[in-house]
Amino acid sequence: MADRAQTWPGYLRADGRKGIRNLVLVIYTVECAQHVAHAIAQGEPDTHVIGFPGCYDNPYAIRLLLSLARHPNIGAVLAVGLGCEYTRPAKISELVQESGRPSAWFYIQEVGGTAKGVAQGKAIVTQLRQQIQREAAIVPMSLGDLTVGAECGGSDATSGLAGNPVVGAFFDRLVHAGGTAIFEETVEMIGLEPVLLERAATPQARDALASAYAKMEHYCRSVRQYSVAPGNFAGGLTTIEEKSMGAFIKGGSQPIQGVIRVAEQAPRPGLWIMDTVPDEHYLQFGYTNPNDTEGIMDLLSSGAQINLFVTGRGSVIGSPISPLIKITGNSRTFQRMEGDMDFDAGRVLTGQRTLEQSAEELVELVLQVAQGQATKSEQLGHREYFIMYKHQQTPALLEGCRA
Amino acid sequence: MKRAFQVHAADNVATLLSDADCEPVEVVGPAGNEVALLIETIMYGHKLALSDLRSGEPIIKYGILIGIATQPICRGAWVHLHNCASSYDTRSTTLDVESGATTDTPYL
Repeated sequence: MADRAQTWPGYLRADGRKGIRNLVLVIYTVECAQHVAHAIAQGEPDTHVIGFPGCYDNPYAIRLLLSLARHPNIGAVLAVGLGCEYTRPAKISELVQESGRPSAWFYIQEVGGTAKGVAQGKAIVTQLRQQIQREAAIVPMSLGDLTVGAECGGSDATSGLAGNPVVGAFFDRLVHAGGTAIFEETVEMIGLEPVLLERAATPQARDALASAYAKMEHYCRSVRQYSVAPGNFAGGLTTIEEKSMGAFIKGGSQPIQGVIRVAEQAPRPGLWIMDTVPDEHYLQFGYTNPNDTEGIMDLLSSGAQINLFVTGRGSVIGSPISPLIKITGNSRTFQRMEGDMDFDAGRVLTGQRTLEQSAEELVELVLQVAQGQATKSEQLGHREYFIMYKHQQTPALLEGCRA
Repeated sequence: MKRAFQVHAADNVATLLSDADCEPVEVVGPAGNEVALLIETIMYGHKLALSDLRSGEPIIKYGILIGIATQPICRGAWVHLHNCASSYDTRSTTLDVESGATTDTPYL
């Protein structure tokens, strides 16, 4: 059994959360600044990039950017704008500084274009990195300090039989250790309302789950789109209900404490569902998770220091900010894509492991990654990100327990 | 003998753990304890019926309703888009039964 008591050095942030990485984040505030932002980070160790492509700003995207800028794995932020967009890099930088992190920003137009912008950005990144290495507040952390997110993509029939059940058994262990477990994809809870409601920890949680379920079903019927793709059908899944139950199993067996929305932190440890479905709006709903990476960004926004990604058919993606552990319930996929996959949960189906043994191995892997071991996607340099326009009615980040 | 995985005691389908032809398969998993004879080729990850089902009967997996039989299904037969429909997603029964490819979007 993995040693639950082990501790390792973590990075204490001013809000009390602890990071497992200490990264510099470069944020661009419009697509026009994307190339310069990536050129700044190119070749720089421990420097990741995210950005928002739109010129018009959007409250949802701003909340998401700010939650990622103040993520526990982030030590410092450089915000880079072109100079004419709505989204304001100066405001991002100011709020990051208020969170106790060093930060800088500039407009590419003002510093004189690409070459000068890249040179200035690299100088700033070097200075920020040295500062956060020098000033890091190192504290012991343990399994109970972790927030871990989980989602699935490229699902096949093994996802519901092995990949997601192993994640569910891992979540049970994380919650027992005092940690926080977050899963989303409410659009993959079609047909599961009774199963969902009976898991509610409190009457308030039950109301929140019922309301998230009702919105999700209304959304799917309105846009006439269900979260199931040709590859899922080819892999043996027949209906969205079947795929949904296979996905929901990654929530394990613990009571669900409630529903958080994108860019909200869980107010207390335990198992939580994140509602990422757009609210109805005068521009209509817009799209919910258009790809796996968008869902991973949402989980990151809750402060998850590690995310688990279950993929039966196989995926190669990674993530900026937090390590992504890729798990497959399909041993053939694991063998075919071993350079990309971190964990073979398919051994549960071949009889080589019990579900419990496999969950213990996953606890061990998570602890190793938390202590600095690079995941396959980290080794390969995969840092896909995706931040989009969306509308969700969410109270300001600084209200109540969301600060 | 090849194997199929049954998740819940109430299930009337099980998932093949390898490609199989018309042959007996061992039904394993938390609820599996029988041998079922396949009456057609079924691919890895796809489902076989564990009992004879009438049109309109519920298809149960994980102990929950995952679809409705759209025609009679014999024990040992393949259960998929051609004979099982979602109660929500009406488009899924229009997809190609082998590949899941769309058939209703014009490519002009």
